[in-house]
Amino acid sequence: MSTAALPSTDEVWTWLDQVPDPEIPVISVVDLGIVRGVEWQDDTLVVHVTPTYSGCPATTLINIEIEKALRDRGIEKLRIERRISPAWTTDWLSERGRQKLEDYGIAPPQAAGGPDHCPRCGSKNVEKVSQFGSTPCKAQWRCKDCLEPFDYFKCI
Amino acid sequence: MTRDEAFFEFLLRMGDNTLILGHRVSEWCGHSPVLEEDIALANTALDLIGQTQMWLGLAGEIEGKGRSADDLAYLRDAWDFRNVLLVERPNGDFGQTIMRQFLFDAWHSLMLGRLMQSSDTRVAEIAAKASKEAAYHLERSADLVVRLGDGTAESHARMQAALDDHWPYTGELFLSDAADKAVAEAGLAPDPASLKEEWDEMVTRVLTEATLAIPEGAYVHKGGKAGTHTEHLGYILAQMQWLQRAYPGATW
Ligand SMILES: [Zn+2]
Repeated sequence: MSTAALPSTDEVWTWLDQVPDPEIPVISVVDLGIVRGVEWQDDTLVVHVTPTYSGCPATTLINIEIEKALRDRGIEKLRIERRISPAWTTDWLSERGRQKLEDYGIAPPQAAGGPDHCPRCGSKNVEKVSQFGSTPCKAQWRCKDCLEPFDYFKCI
Repeated sequence: MTRDEAFFEFLLRMGDNTLILGHRVSEWCGHSPVLEEDIALANTALDLIGQTQMWLGLAGEIEGKGRSADDLAYLRDAWDFRNVLLVERPNGDFGQTIMRQFLFDAWHSLMLGRLMQSSDTRVAEIAAKASKEAAYHLERSADLVVRLGDGTAESHARMQAALDDHWPYTGELFLSDAADKAVAEAGLAPDPASLKEEWDEMVTRVLTEATLAIPEGAYVHKGGKAGTHTEHLGYILAQMQWLQRAYPGATW
């Protein structure tokens, strides 16, 4: 595409906001806070992505998904750069992302270090089962009222 | 030894510690006593291997011979590995694995905290990323050491035996050689000996709460940092490297 026809970075952000996180598909990679920058360097689109955890196996897949989404929109020259600093923090989760997690049954991160209520029934009577859960970014908790186990998105 | 040679050596030590411990911990995958622990160990291993990619990636850059993190991980022989002997020790029972993790995590979190002040921005950035993960590992391993140490008679005995076994291997974490002194002088990393006091305090606090007795012997097993390893490392490398050795450059 010619320089005149390059889409704005705002538009690119909108597209990226439609790319689901492969492990928690209710939130987008933008909601997760891992897209750190979008810029045009001449006619090349550069997207800066930060990993959640350094060994997160989804990182490669996320890059593939981002690349695919942008190629589908007609972006030809594209580079995805890994940016590790500043280190990802759950403070970068969007408000909308936190709400979507809750609706999905995953307790969003809390500064206190644990969920303040069960995402299913709202009870505050919850306990930690394990510091790690089904993905590096989650821990396992349990509700002592409805007795359901649930994922808690770790606060880091 | 030039500054960059010492820097390369230091980065190998950081990356090899996390690589070998990460591989060891991953051996539990599918074998842990309960599902939650299986998941926790696998996630810990993933963090460590992710950190390895960053340390060895930078090591390759500093060396300047075009070696990638994968080249360094898969194509070096045992005598070129620079990890401390502690991390190559066999997993033993669950208690031994957790005790080894705790003794390492305590050192690792202190080391990374200091590296966040490194004069090299790349080192400081990797440390900042890794220290969040190490803090979480330490929280978990310290918690388990206390629960198992101050648990049943059986779990207490196993944790004490694990501590007695591992203890003589912890001293190597604090030994300084010429490379350590060179990177410390350049402000790249702290002198390992300078971490000892804080580590002693931290470890004593947790072990006391766990009702475990700190062994008295002062003997230190060493050599890993200079490439002299126990026989265990060879078996780890045989398993970890065989595919790249048998089918060089294989990808999937
Ligand atoms: Zn509930």
